[in-house]
Amino acid sequence: MTTTQEQPDVAAKPAFRLTDSTLRDGSHAVAHQYTEQQVIDIVAGLDRAGVPVIEVSHGDGLGGSSFNYGFSGTDEMTLIARAVETAKQAKIACLLLPGIGTVDDLKAIHEAGVSIARIATHCTEADIAEQHIGMAKQLGMEAVGFLMMSHMTSPEELLKQARLMQDYGADLVYCVDSAGALTTKTVRDRIEALVEGLDVPVGLHAHENLSLSVANSLSALECGALHIDACTAGSGAGAGNCPTEVFVAVCDRMGVPTGVDTMTMVDVAEEVVRPAMNRPQMVDRAALILGYAGVYGSFMLHSERAAARYGVSQAEILLELGRRKVVGGQEDMIIDVALELAAQKARQK
Amino acid sequence: MALRCAIIGSGNIGTDLMIKLMRSETLELVALVGIDADSDGLARAKALGVQAPHTGIDWIRDHPADVDLVFDATSAYVHVRNAAVLAELGIAAIDLTPAARGPKVVPSVNLTEHLDAPNVNMITCGGQATVPIVAAVSRAAAVPYAEMVSTVASQSAGPGTRKNIDEFTRTTARALEEIGGAEQGKAIIVLNPADPPILMRNTVFCALPDGSDHDAVLASVEQMVADVAAYVPGYRLKNRPVVEEGPFATPGGAVPHRVVVLLEVEGAGDYLPAYAGNLDIMTAAAVRVGEAKALHLTGVPA
Repeated sequence: MTTTQEQPDVAAKPAFRLTDSTLRDGSHAVAHQYTEQQVIDIVAGLDRAGVPVIEVSHGDGLGGSSFNYGFSGTDEMTLIARAVETAKQAKIACLLLPGIGTVDDLKAIHEAGVSIARIATHCTEADIAEQHIGMAKQLGMEAVGFLMMSHMTSPEELLKQARLMQDYGADLVYCVDSAGALTTKTVRDRIEALVEGLDVPVGLHAHENLSLSVANSLSALECGALHIDACTAGSGAGAGNCPTEVFVAVCDRMGVPTGVDTMTMVDVAEEVVRPAMNRPQMVDRAALILGYAGVYGSFMLHSERAAARYGVSQAEILLELGRRKVVGGQEDMIIDVALELAAQKARQK
Repeated sequence: MALRCAIIGSGNIGTDLMIKLMRSETLELVALVGIDADSDGLARAKALGVQAPHTGIDWIRDHPADVDLVFDATSAYVHVRNAAVLAELGIAAIDLTPAARGPKVVPSVNLTEHLDAPNVNMITCGGQATVPIVAAVSRAAAVPYAEMVSTVASQSAGPGTRKNIDEFTRTTARALEEIGGAEQGKAIIVLNPADPPILMRNTVFCALPDGSDHDAVLASVEQMVADVAAYVPGYRLKNRPVVEEGPFATPGGAVPHRVVVLLEVEGAGDYLPAYAGNLDIMTAAAVRVGEAKALHLTGVPA
């Protein structure tokens, strides 16, 4: 290591708070099959590296275990309990999508020792989160507003929706690029609008479908974001999320304090998380099309299965879903489109 | 003799229901009762010559002798209070909120089971669309687990629905069990803001245990779709129902197959445009129940 490069200062106050979502968003990549032992090992590693927040739940949030989104291999409440027991310094967070999970799930995670509730809605539907943000605050939890598919609306409209979440009591609000469709410019426009217009801190949740997750996260920091989501080894829906170990390494080189020990993080990625993954995450055709067409990243594995089942092209399924402007949660439309493509194909024969 | 009815709640559902009730021969609409004097629903009521007070449940309290039956199209929270008042006044209620105080009714499944109940519940729009399908599957096979996903256009989900989203999922899931016959039920709702708005979509998944007669399941589903379409004309299959091979590790146990039923509901366009099939299926089902009640109470064939 040359002396001209910036050296990390782990004692410096972090410039942002890092949330690692390997055990939530990353569970899409393993079809929600994380085991108790994997959760214990991953939480222990992230905790040791100094990651301040670790998110655990079904990939589609609490209550996501279903035909539509895939059944969890192990009950998420069991996994959450193991995470809470294992973490020494890290706080455990859970995601909840109103319409899938309910306030009963919030009560259950609060009981289990979870201190952060992240409440997610489509970027134009913040008002369905009022009950849930309110309940999280009533329970004394930190409440995070999570505006998904943020590429589908303008920065001005996104700000209006973020203000609603702030009014309901959210302690911070995220711009969430669920489709990995935002670029450095469109991230900047959104984060600037939120930082300017909100009283609470702002975060970015980036995906890798256009190979911009690290760059977009850096842009967000430059525009004043104080919270960044990442997943170890770049796991996650679609092409995966901003890779935690890469992001903290880049921050080191740019002199941005992260509060995370980079070499520990690199080891956790290589030795703990990669062995738990079914396949490496990369920007392959399906992942790129998700980002390019602006389709929800979780559709990737579901569309792969539907394509195989009905003998149609996965790329065509994803492009058609993009044309139909489907939103997160509409995984059932994958079957709908696959059946129609199969019928079309049969007619052409 | 027609049964005299009032609607409480002048939002999307109440206003659509008003337009349908005005076509009924056995139900006579006395008033659309709101709480906001400036609401679009009350303005439409006045234009149609229907009384349109804005004093909420108090109007019913002041006119108990004018009303035989109340359709409550407010919200789950408000209906809990209204239900107590109506019970005290001895006025029958058809509840179009997910409050679920009384027995749940789906016309194509259990229309005549609760005609004497003082308060019956219409579940939710998604429940009216999907419970019949689960009931159709469970009359042909055992259903250890059933799940529905409802996607509605954002423009058709008013403030009541948005504040009641947990009540939607809970009440619908229970109805998949109680009326649909599934051992365990799960409900999911998604709002889609696309413009032009999408038609209401519903998908039903049922777990099929080993040895299920798939042909019988599919035939039963197709028959049920026709039965619902008889009172909700825009209700139809979007694609043919399919049996998919698993295995699937459902909460009701592992099963080798699932049946997937993809439905679409086009509205009649009475109040909101055709995309709002979620309003139509609710209000059309409520009118069907009201008319059955009228027939039962008056003894005059409709």
